[in-house]
Amino acid sequence: MKKKDRKYIFWFLAPSLAVFLIFQFIPMIWSFIISFTDWNVRTLPKWVGLGNYIEMFSDKNFYEAVIHTFQFIIMYIPLVLIGGMMMAMLVNLKIKGIGFFRSFYFIPVVSSWVAVSLIWKGILNPAYGYLNYFLSLFGIEGPQWLYDKNWAMVGVVMASVWKDIGFTMVLLLGGLKNISEEILEAAQIDGAGRLKKFFKITLPLMSPQIFFVVMISMINSFQVFDQVMVMTNGGPAGATTVLVEQIYRNAFSYSRMGYACAMSWILLLIILVFSFIQNRAEKKLVFYS
Amino acid sequence: MNINIRKVVVYLLLVMLALTTIVPMLWTFSTSLKSKQATLAFPPDIVPKEPTLNNYITLFNSYPFGRYLFNSFLVTSATVFLQVLIAGLAAFAFARFDFRFKNVLFGLYLATLMIPFQVTAIPLYLIVRNFNWINTYQGLIVPRLFSAFGVFLLRQAFMSTPREFDESAFIDGAGYFTVFFKIVLPMNKTALATFGIFSFMDAWNSYLWPLIVSTEQNMMTLPVGLANLHGRWITQWNLVSAGAMISIIPILLVFLFAQKWFVQGVASSGLKG
Repeated sequence: MKKKDRKYIFWFLAPSLAVFLIFQFIPMIWSFIISFTDWNVRTLPKWVGLGNYIEMFSDKNFYEAVIHTFQFIIMYIPLVLIGGMMMAMLVNLKIKGIGFFRSFYFIPVVSSWVAVSLIWKGILNPAYGYLNYFLSLFGIEGPQWLYDKNWAMVGVVMASVWKDIGFTMVLLLGGLKNISEEILEAAQIDGAGRLKKFFKITLPLMSPQIFFVVMISMINSFQVFDQVMVMTNGGPAGATTVLVEQIYRNAFSYSRMGYACAMSWILLLIILVFSFIQNRAEKKLVFYS
Repeated sequence: MNINIRKVVVYLLLVMLALTTIVPMLWTFSTSLKSKQATLAFPPDIVPKEPTLNNYITLFNSYPFGRYLFNSFLVTSATVFLQVLIAGLAAFAFARFDFRFKNVLFGLYLATLMIPFQVTAIPLYLIVRNFNWINTYQGLIVPRLFSAFGVFLLRQAFMSTPREFDESAFIDGAGYFTVFFKIVLPMNKTALATFGIFSFMDAWNSYLWPLIVSTEQNMMTLPVGLANLHGRWITQWNLVSAGAMISIIPILLVFLFAQKWFVQGVASSGLKG
């Protein structure tokens, strides 16, 4: 390498390296250290070892946050996956105007979470929202949605699915487009029916994309925050409190920096564990042609 | 005959899905044109009986929505420009030079993609507070400038740009910066646009970081201001709806003109705002 090159390397790399070190790397290390302390920012931090991590085991709010996150996942992932798949297959048809519909379904994806949450909070309003009015046309009395602790999470999931389904559609569409017409035609000639073609050919060939969607949706589900913050603020009576919201509250409402950091590392750990399981399952189940 | 019925069913499904997508937006738009009394009518009027722009006027006159809008525009454009520039420079270094610890550094960059923002948010807040950057533009912009995804995406693109172009420029006496700005960047417009759009969506819709950094009204971005407005006026759906429309319309316009890159950006990253 020429000496002159070295000077260039520095200038090309320096800006990125600076923001990486100051705003990503150091905060990460620092967050890890803070997680072993008791610190309210105003006074000096007190070393508590694993205290914060141990406290989490007996923290009812933490447990509830984890449980609610799983409740969210159980409803959200099948809906965005199956719904997204159905939409991808629809917009993959070669018919007039299909490009228009495809773009159209993507509109909620580009809108901000805050706006989407507010839109849905309006729709779900039990007194003058559209949804309960619509249900009343069929003689159904809608629930109190976000004000009912049994229905609040369902409401949050509805808004989330509405916003994200266009996103999973696009990811799955990429997989659908890779399946060659010849394979499907060959199967047809061999007498395979529509369902058989779907389950024996389309699904296996799309397994990499399906896994990717499940993985991304899972990671995003663990980090749910904006919609909960705006739609329910964790309520009613803590019925929708989730992990990131607990982290935010502990840090910025209760000034418990150490506890909040410890929680964020547990969040990372959960994400890593699930990614690992996914990865193992993927190696076993995914069909790579 | 059979084929025609199938076609009708397909179009019916497509239209129903389109309605599910658009009706909530139209409902919000309709509410944003209603007076406070009109929002309380039951059953709700689908089309406002006496449409008015008063809510929008109120938001700009009695609330700092003009300021929020300005802040969002400023923060978003600075973030996008600097993120693309910084990631581009680094991507060029990774694609074109050999240096010690190159692979280690690149591995570290990629590893940060797994770390949720929440892990670094608290120390970031403390750093920004130490810099006295709370309620400043640099506080909103600078801590969000590192993008491992951008470096990764652009490095891939630069690596597939043939080096012969660089070489012939060197013979003409060009330096590395000329090669970068005059040859490599213009040749990778698609990758730049893909990342730029992704960065735009992320910055425009970002909520958690601006919520942490901006505590004063005049430093809030649209999502924070909007959530704040909703917090204070829980029953004023007409105002809140107008605010939601103000935050959606700009990004919708950009989407209209750059659909291709939006879809590509989202599909290639698997991350979203």
